[in-house]
Amino acid sequence: MSSTFSNPAQSTDTPATGTARVKRGMAEQLKGGVIMDVVTPEQAKIAEDAGAVAVMALERVPADIRKDGGVARMSDPDMIEGIIDAVSIPVMAKSRIGHFVEAQVLQSLGVDYIDESEVLTPADEVNHSDKWAFTTPFVCGATNLGEALRRIAEGAAMIRSKGEAGTGNVVEAVRHLRQIKNEIARLRGYDNNELYAAAKELRAPYEIVKEVAELGKLPVVLFSAGGVATPADAALMRQLGAEGVFVGSGIFKSGDPAKRAAAIVKATTFYDDPKIIADASRNLGEAMVGINCDTLPEAERYANRGW
Amino acid sequence: MAELSSAPVIGVLALQGDVREHLIALAAADAVARPVRRPEELAEVDGLVIPGGESTTISKLAVLFGLMEPLRARVRAGMPVYGTCAGMIMLADKILDPRSGQETLGGIDMIVRRNAFGRQNESFEAAVDVKGVEGDAVEGVFIRAPWVESVGAETEVLAEHDGHIVAVRQGNALATSFHPELTGDHRVHGLFVDMVRGNRTAESL
Repeated sequence: MSSTFSNPAQSTDTPATGTARVKRGMAEQLKGGVIMDVVTPEQAKIAEDAGAVAVMALERVPADIRKDGGVARMSDPDMIEGIIDAVSIPVMAKSRIGHFVEAQVLQSLGVDYIDESEVLTPADEVNHSDKWAFTTPFVCGATNLGEALRRIAEGAAMIRSKGEAGTGNVVEAVRHLRQIKNEIARLRGYDNNELYAAAKELRAPYEIVKEVAELGKLPVVLFSAGGVATPADAALMRQLGAEGVFVGSGIFKSGDPAKRAAAIVKATTFYDDPKIIADASRNLGEAMVGINCDTLPEAERYANRGW
Repeated sequence: MAELSSAPVIGVLALQGDVREHLIALAAADAVARPVRRPEELAEVDGLVIPGGESTTISKLAVLFGLMEPLRARVRAGMPVYGTCAGMIMLADKILDPRSGQETLGGIDMIVRRNAFGRQNESFEAAVDVKGVEGDAVEGVFIRAPWVESVGAETEVLAEHDGHIVAVRQGNALATSFHPELTGDHRVHGLFVDMVRGNRTAESL
């Protein structure tokens, strides 16, 4: 299972930290689970009690970032540490795209995963952070296969869709997952001669393109993110091939967060059992109101951030 | 359960975690591997792997979906089980620092400390000599891994790292702090498949 694009530090004679296997392996442990956005230690505990596999610590959920406008940045270290102290499950936090100093700060705080996220305002219009330079693993968003493979080339150890965060509308995440899956299926049918042209077209390194063509999947874990608001949304993303689900505003912007969080966890595990999804969907109270992505002006579309 | 002459059927508890990697490793070690999420699926397997994942999540889902008691009953009745990382925590009779309401299956007389080797930044790879696994040391991948604080008289220590117990066996129950399923080296899974075969033969006598 060794990858072409992995860290040099693979020797097992002395303990080696921050290897590709350790970073990617961490995401493998999150599979089948739900990662929830939280803004306080209390919310983090609610998420943990509901069965979340990890929490994303941030100052404002995406729905509020949209409402407030302005520049969105890394969260206050005090706030992140408060959440780290409150729970025993892994804690993730977001850095701006290309803001490698925010990422250095997050690593020094001891977060378990860094999300180089389009939900925050990008700090660099050309370059994403060099993620190989960190011990802490990164998750990055992607709208298509080429974007996913460029992030993996930069060292991302986990990929998620880039569904429009804070809208409560799953349509964009569905588009991204279908796109990635279709492009992988197409690669599977290519012979060796065609893979070079495919790499050029995807604007991704040939070695990773070849690896994906052989594996029939990304060499890292693929989650859905953006717009999940209900148990059925979560199950939909899993049936479309997501190995787990990020839920942002959908839980703590709803009527009964604890109940909705537990219901989404159940539906994510039994994503192929409509009876269980039906039971999980009963009496959840109000879902977040949501935004129609069609009415979003181009400038407010987070998926356009990053390249 | 399968005929004695055929390959043993081994389930992987598929509530959450790296289920796919265990299914692949078991198949490579000549078992018939299948995911288990329901009591009726549990009833059909000769042995069970509890994968890595989040132990709090796996424990909650097992209670919620009525699997905890059937699992305990099968383990008590001697079904071979193998737990990695979170799975090791699930097989511990006692957790040193459990989250409120966190239950385990038990099966191994040991006290386990969760995330004992630290957070993700401290996660590491190191060579581990495992008793019962022939040849070179096993590549140990430790991810926010637990270690075993202490074991009872019946529990055999199979491996240590840096003075801490990281692999144990008691009767038909096997547990490792690390993740052989992530390495492509299937010898530890082979050891477990042999335990399942041995148990089937013993039960048929």
